[in-house]
Amino acid sequence: MTEDGEAAVAVVEAVADRIERERKHLTQLDSAIGDADHGGNMARGWSAAADAARDLGDPDAQTVAKTVGKTLMSEVGGASGPLFGGSLVFAGVELEGGVTAESAVAFAETYLEKVEDRGDARLGDQTMVDALTPAVHTFKKSVETDELPPLEALAKAVDAAERGVAFTVPIRARKGRASYLGWRSVGHQDPGATSTLYILEELLSVAADHSGAEIPETDATSPTIPDDAETADATAPEPEDD
Amino acid sequence: MVGLVVVSHSERAAEGIVEIAAEMAGDTVIEPVGGDGKGGIGTVPDAIEDALAAAEDGDGVVVLVDLGSAVMNADVAIEMSEAEAVIADAPVLEGAVNAAVAATDPAATLDSVCEQAEAAREIQKL
Repeated sequence: MTEDGEAAVAVVEAVADRIERERKHLTQLDSAIGDADHGGNMARGWSAAADAARDLGDPDAQTVAKTVGKTLMSEVGGASGPLFGGSLVFAGVELEGGVTAESAVAFAETYLEKVEDRGDARLGDQTMVDALTPAVHTFKKSVETDELPPLEALAKAVDAAERGVAFTVPIRARKGRASYLGWRSVGHQDPGATSTLYILEELLSVAADHSGAEIPETDATSPTIPDDAETADATAPEPEDD
Repeated sequence: MVGLVVVSHSERAAEGIVEIAAEMAGDTVIEPVGGDGKGGIGTVPDAIEDALAAAEDGDGVVVLVDLGSAVMNADVAIEMSEAEAVIADAPVLEGAVNAAVAATDPAATLDSVCEQAEAAREIQKL
């Protein structure tokens, strides 16, 4: 098994465990504004996905992503199937050459794009897009602009996703079953955004384990472009004296 | 002949809708599909793909859907399927009845049946 493949299987197993532990909580969130099936659907899907990933033998990360995606699509039995699973199948293609910081950014961007397309949801609709978008943008910026180590970039992305989940609470649902509630959806945390955060947290935890490092202390709002301050100073107009 | 697939979260609802539409459908093939495959509420792309294959007769398939994930899973199934299929943006029951009638027209095409299904959005009940 490739090192990436082994880590990918470990991520799927960690996610399956986490979702099982959070099953009740996800269902509670979903019973407030939806059809109360998110915890059960996700637990069933990820448990089957973990079995399928373990059965692969000697997979690379791309094969794990595709297998998990397909299993979620056929086992979940709700919108989470095509959203989590279908997007994973498409995004997995980006990992063809292995997992690097660059291919992980491409994977994240494709995943977000597929979720948006399939669900026809945009930022601010009170959906998983509200957790995913800040996570993906923060990860991309941290890797490409700030050139942070991948683990630190991922830690920032998880922090961004957490803020995204909090953002779903005070806004009105425009997509998904919660949108049928209209204004009554305001004040509730989106279940899909929440489970998306759990998945990212497990991804970070396994990534840290496999790289033998501690999860870096970081947050998505910390200033990370030291060079930019210098540039800004150099180009800023001189303060005028009175 | 253009075929029809009715996708609902409930297998019984899908079957019931097909039962109603079939009264006016002549020889049109209408396949019901629904449920999570384990006796619960939901939709599954593999099952929808099988229904598409069963309804395809060379002239394409119009798909009627109920709520959110039925639309997404029908989308996924159409991408996987070899059948030429389109989702009608229509209320599932009225759209199925309209489409069933439209499909019996000897000149019916995939477009004309889908258009008739979507015309069901304008149906007034009072």
